Amino acid sequence: MIPTTYYIVLSALLFTIGALGVLIRRNAIIIFMAIELMLNAANLAFVAFTRMYGIIDGQVFVFFVMTVAAAEVAVGLALIVAIFRTKHNIDIDQLNNLKG
Amino acid sequence: MILSEVATHGLDLFFLVPWVVFFPVIGLLINMIFGGRMSEKAIGTLASTASGLTFVIATLLALSLRTHPEGATVFLAKWIQIGTLNLQWAFRVDTLSVTMMMVVGGVGTLIHIYAIGYMHEDVRNKNDIGRYRRFFVFFNLFIAAMMILVSSDNYLMLFVGWEGVGLCSYLLIGFWYDKDLLGRDSIENAVAGKKAFIANRIGDFGFLIASFLMFWTFKSVEFGKVFEMAGQIASENPGMILAITLFMLLGVTGKSAQIPLFVWLPDAMAGPTPVSALIHAATMVTAGVYLVARSAPLYMQAPMAQTAVTLVGAITALFAATIAVGQYDIKKVLAYSTISQLGFMVAAVGMGAFVAGMFHLVMHAFFKALLFLSAGSVILGIERGHHHLPHAEHDEDDEEEIFDPGDMRNMGGLRKRMPITFWVYLIGAIALAGIPPFAGFFSKDEILAEATGLNKTAYILLVIAAFFTAFYIARQIWMVFFGKARHEATAHAEESPPVITVPLIILAFLAMVGGLLNFPGVHTFTKWLEHTYNVFHVHIHAGEFNPTVAITSTVLALIAVYLAWLLYGRNPLKKEEPDPLRKILGPVFVGMNHKWWVDELYWAIILNPYIALSRFFAETVDWTFWHDWFHEKVIAGSYQWLSHVLLSQIIDLGFIDAIANGLGSITKKSASVLRKIQTGYVRNYALSIFLGVVLIIGYLIIK
Repeated sequence: MIPTTYYIVLSALLFTIGALGVLIRRNAIIIFMAIELMLNAANLAFVAFTRMYGIIDGQVFVFFVMTVAAAEVAVGLALIVAIFRTKHNIDIDQLNNLKG
Repeated sequence: MILSEVATHGLDLFFLVPWVVFFPVIGLLINMIFGGRMSEKAIGTLASTASGLTFVIATLLALSLRTHPEGATVFLAKWIQIGTLNLQWAFRVDTLSVTMMMVVGGVGTLIHIYAIGYMHEDVRNKNDIGRYRRFFVFFNLFIAAMMILVSSDNYLMLFVGWEGVGLCSYLLIGFWYDKDLLGRDSIENAVAGKKAFIANRIGDFGFLIASFLMFWTFKSVEFGKVFEMAGQIASENPGMILAITLFMLLGVTGKSAQIPLFVWLPDAMAGPTPVSALIHAATMVTAGVYLVARSAPLYMQAPMAQTAVTLVGAITALFAATIAVGQYDIKKVLAYSTISQLGFMVAAVGMGAFVAGMFHLVMHAFFKALLFLSAGSVILGIERGHHHLPHAEHDEDDEEEIFDPGDMRNMGGLRKRMPITFWVYLIGAIALAGIPPFAGFFSKDEILAEATGLNKTAYILLVIAAFFTAFYIARQIWMVFFGKARHEATAHAEESPPVITVPLIILAFLAMVGGLLNFPGVHTFTKWLEHTYNVFHVHIHAGEFNPTVAITSTVLALIAVYLAWLLYGRNPLKKEEPDPLRKILGPVFVGMNHKWWVDELYWAIILNPYIALSRFFAETVDWTFWHDWFHEKVIAGSYQWLSHVLLSQIIDLGFIDAIANGLGSITKKSASVLRKIQTGYVRNYALSIFLGVVLIIGYLIIK
């Protein structure tokens, strides 16, 4: 059986990739995908610990996270469509109207 | 039944005394309320009736006094109660006050009746019913005030009447406040009224001070209590009695037109002639004499004050008599004559001859009212003549010749044009001159006879004054009634109607026979007044008839009349001719004519310095010092410094504003630094969130 550590390391790697993706990329869709990556990294950690401790709570959480992620995608994509309609691109560096 | 009671107990109608005040008040109220809808005759009749009823009451009181000579005090109402001051509105009925009431009511009624005709004919009365009514309202008010004055039983109530008559005097002197003698627009009458009021105010101040001092010393201002205590206080505190009586003398000089406050009376002739007769000859001006006569128990305790009163009266008598010689205005002569005669009375009551003074007061009321009213009749007659002149004569040259119907230089020869007026005037003049057997002789002679024993200086002054009196009144008679008319208007003068002449005839009768009232040897009046004075143990004696004095004064009067005839009767004054006396006396006559420059003297020594002083106070003290310097510089300046420099600059701007501004600028500065963080790039924010999370998690792990 694969030790839990491996899953946790993978999860951490995935999370890091996601976080870097959010910080580095400028395309809103890519950032979205990176966020999904971070969420799923968390999900992976949840199920890994669930299996390790033999309890079900983590798996329940995963379902919640997936639901939230789905809702978030729905809202986020709608926002991106709206932004695209006004700005004609989805480069988030263009969205700096709140600059002080 | 009633008659039998009267027979046994005698008449006792003292309770009626308040009606001497009520009747004229009712009269004036009716005239005020309904007078607008009444005719002139109705208004005048009503006012005369009200006045006549007071005379009826006074007569009933006099009859009651015959059987109850002790008199009575009739309580009407409580008036002032403050601390120990307990004043009642009470009437004192005794022989002295009833004498005054009868004079005021009797002479007052005759003058009321006369005024019905006079005010109707006054050239200024252009059927103005409002004015006509106002005149009689004031006249009734005067009677009421005068009755309060003479009937009061304390000094404060007397003062109410005293002020009331002063007010009526003011109102009636300035009755034609907007028109002069000829009906032109002018304020000179109002000015004369003001002068009278102010001069009287100075006297009233003296009266008030006397009352205050009296209350302070006696703890009362009621006649009864004050007179009871007079002897005791006089021995404890003679200076106080002297002060009270001297301050009272100041009041007397104001009201009775004595030196130094007499200057208002000649100007008071600006009022209509009935006013001059009633107020400024017969009644109001005698209030001072009455006051001294009433206060006899006080004056008896202060011989120095008595001497002062006597000398003031005697000097005034002579001084005013000399001025009367040099006057041309028919009423001005009588005005100075009144001052002079008042001087006689004041001198008499001052030296203790109270009966003689009061006797002369009554006689003077008869003959001086007569003279004034006759003078009014003369003026009216000449105005009528002026009215009948062809209009062309006085229409165009109005500017050049202002016709004064009161100027004796315009008169002459009126004896034939106005016979009734002439005869009554002559009777009044003889009475005034003191030629027996007319009223003035007896009363004046009693004063002179008393003076020989009481005050020699006064006697000499008064005898000379009596000489001048006979001279100026004879001069007037000759100038007015003899010779030839010196003006067209006089030549066309007409006799007055009966409403005017009948009161004159009644007064003339009184002036003829009045002397019987205190005929030497009988002394009805002395015995009558004794009842009042005996109550307070003031001894009055029947003035002895002194043949030397009587003959001296009669001879002097006749000499004066003869001199006047030499100057004015033998060669009547021609038109535009200067007064013959001027040639003889020269500058002395100018002095007489200019009233010895007393008015000018008062202007120079009192009024001008007073005005300069008020100017100084107004312009320098108030404006320059108080307003400009103190208010503007000191108060406003320091306030400005306080508000502008201290509060505004230092506290507000330097402190409160600095806090607010400091907060603002700190916020601004920190914002300019902090805004750089706000890049607007989403990933920067995300990075800081990550870093924050890393920090928190790192902290949690390390902990």
